[in-house]
Amino acid sequence: MTGQTLYDKLWQAHVVREDDSGQTLLYIDRHLLHEVSTPQSFAMLRREGRTVRRTQTQLAVADHSVPTRGRESIADPQAAAQIALLERNCAEFGIEYLPLLGEAQGIVHVIGPEQGFTLPGVTLVCGDSHSSTHGAFGALAFGIGASECGIVMATQTLWQTRAKTMRVTFEGALRPGVSAKDMALALIGRIGASGAIGHAIEYAGEAVTALSMEGRMTLCNMAIEAGSRTGLVAPDDVTFAYLQGRPRAPKGAMWDAALAYWQTLPSDADARFDREIRIRADEIAPQVTFGTSPDQVIAIDAAIPAGDARLDRALGYMGLTAGAGIAGLAIDHAFIGSCTNGRIEDLRSAAAVVKGHHVAQGVRALVVPGSGPVKRQAEAEGLDRIFVDAGFEWREPGCSLCVAMNNDRLPEGSRCASTSNRNFEGRQGAGARTHLMSPAMVAAAAVAGRIVDVREMGR
Amino acid sequence: MTPLIRVEGAALSLPQADVDTDVIYPARFLLITERDGLGRYAFHDWRETPGFPLAPEVTTAPPILVAGPNFGCGSSREQAPWALDGLGIRVVIASSFGEIFYSNCFKNGMLPIRLDEAIVAGLHPRADAGERFAVDLETQTLTVGGDAPLPFTVAAHQREALLNGWSEIARIQALHAQAIDTFETAQRSAAPWLWQGSPR
Repeated sequence: MTGQTLYDKLWQAHVVREDDSGQTLLYIDRHLLHEVSTPQSFAMLRREGRTVRRTQTQLAVADHSVPTRGRESIADPQAAAQIALLERNCAEFGIEYLPLLGEAQGIVHVIGPEQGFTLPGVTLVCGDSHSSTHGAFGALAFGIGASECGIVMATQTLWQTRAKTMRVTFEGALRPGVSAKDMALALIGRIGASGAIGHAIEYAGEAVTALSMEGRMTLCNMAIEAGSRTGLVAPDDVTFAYLQGRPRAPKGAMWDAALAYWQTLPSDADARFDREIRIRADEIAPQVTFGTSPDQVIAIDAAIPAGDARLDRALGYMGLTAGAGIAGLAIDHAFIGSCTNGRIEDLRSAAAVVKGHHVAQGVRALVVPGSGPVKRQAEAEGLDRIFVDAGFEWREPGCSLCVAMNNDRLPEGSRCASTSNRNFEGRQGAGARTHLMSPAMVAAAAVAGRIVDVREMGR
Repeated sequence: MTPLIRVEGAALSLPQADVDTDVIYPARFLLITERDGLGRYAFHDWRETPGFPLAPEVTTAPPILVAGPNFGCGSSREQAPWALDGLGIRVVIASSFGEIFYSNCFKNGMLPIRLDEAIVAGLHPRADAGERFAVDLETQTLTVGGDAPLPFTVAAHQREALLNGWSEIARIQALHAQAIDTFETAQRSAAPWLWQGSPR
């Protein structure tokens, strides 16, 4: 018998029922809720007269539409109503809500791990496609729609089709100035925005095991940009060290029992994957997107490629010409934050680039920490001073310019260097142009006023 | 949920690849907390584009959408299918879909049909020519004009749910309540750390 993959083990541990057509009723251990994808889920429960089966497995927080300043009194009545509705729904159905003005509030994919709500071996869902982030812990995590949020609350299960498996092995070590974000973008560039549809990705190899949990989360976060709902990294000592002592992580004898189980989860040495992709980590240069899909990405020293009608449309939207270099392109905005790159390590790497410099004239630059704990940690380390002294705005936690649902929106035609995950048309505001890159690259662009190679800063 | 058995009518062609859910339903309209009445926001920011098949003031569309590969990729927002539903679209045909969008369709009485890329490519001009499309979920066939029916497949339980207009929660509770209880009892002893402070 051949061995099992991490995905196989996670799947098999959660099968409630299998039907004749190959569908599985999968048990769901954890559900994270936010204000945008759940109003209609609660309305469905109310309409059908349902209750929440296990309230302790649910945790809610507002992040998408929250303002990143002046949040004591929210100016936008629609956003205020949406956030108040989440709080009210949670109270009615008995679900814990982390208050907007409380210490733990933050982006749902930052607070889950931070609180120890995310654990290896669990199934975790959220009405948000970047739920793949939690796979960094060896959890089977995936994004769902609002109806499915209601189904999970009422039944603790979901009908699912088992995915095929894809192992992406990053061989060798990353070069200086290159990060997990560049690994994620390089992979998406290689296989395309639909390259991993129907597959669960497991990231492996020397460059992956060398990553911190923050880096692993960045990598798994963007699995969905390659079409996969699920990204995974095998849990190891780095994972366990991150989790031990977290507020909701098991303690004492329970920790020991959990740890013993978690150590059995990594893919067996003889496990077979349906697809194998190999990427040389030491050949990855800092990546920058040039189009309106995350797979329209090149190395900082490359030229914008010519292509088909799809590419032409993207270049037209972005105001770019095939054949030109991406380096040197002037920017109007810089955004550091999001569930992709709003964690402490991201802020440290951006601050290290910014220190001793100032944001270029004409550039508006924003740092939005991923959560309250990230913000306080950064302030304890003096990172906020570095950013503020350099001319960045230092904001309260939320999704902000990654989804532009709150009042952080960019004007039409403006160009932004962004650490977020999507460069879709209109993502940062109708007609705004987004270039995805790592925190260090965004910091460098903010200082230079144009897209530059962070490896050449200070040379 | 309204059952879906047969859908007949004209089809709208949208051949672009990777049409994401931000294009289908721009994020700034996500502040709306209702499910109904979202049709006018569908493709909101593309409607002014010359040649785009839906004019800004249009509130209804043909019942069938023929789309490009990886349609509905990106965000999990169920507002994307809700907005299409608001326009009267019940069936979306493409060679591949964003997976969350695909699954969201079934929860709303909408049918996403996967067909080979070459077949879908051939359907776009016929949609543009105003030919009649007929989808039959009972026989799992698509008939265009006077052609022979083309077979398609969807998972059995999704097909049944659409045909009957079932509530998924009601079905799971009616058929699998005991299996869920059994699973929980087993997990409680195998992984007690997931059950601390949990009354059930």
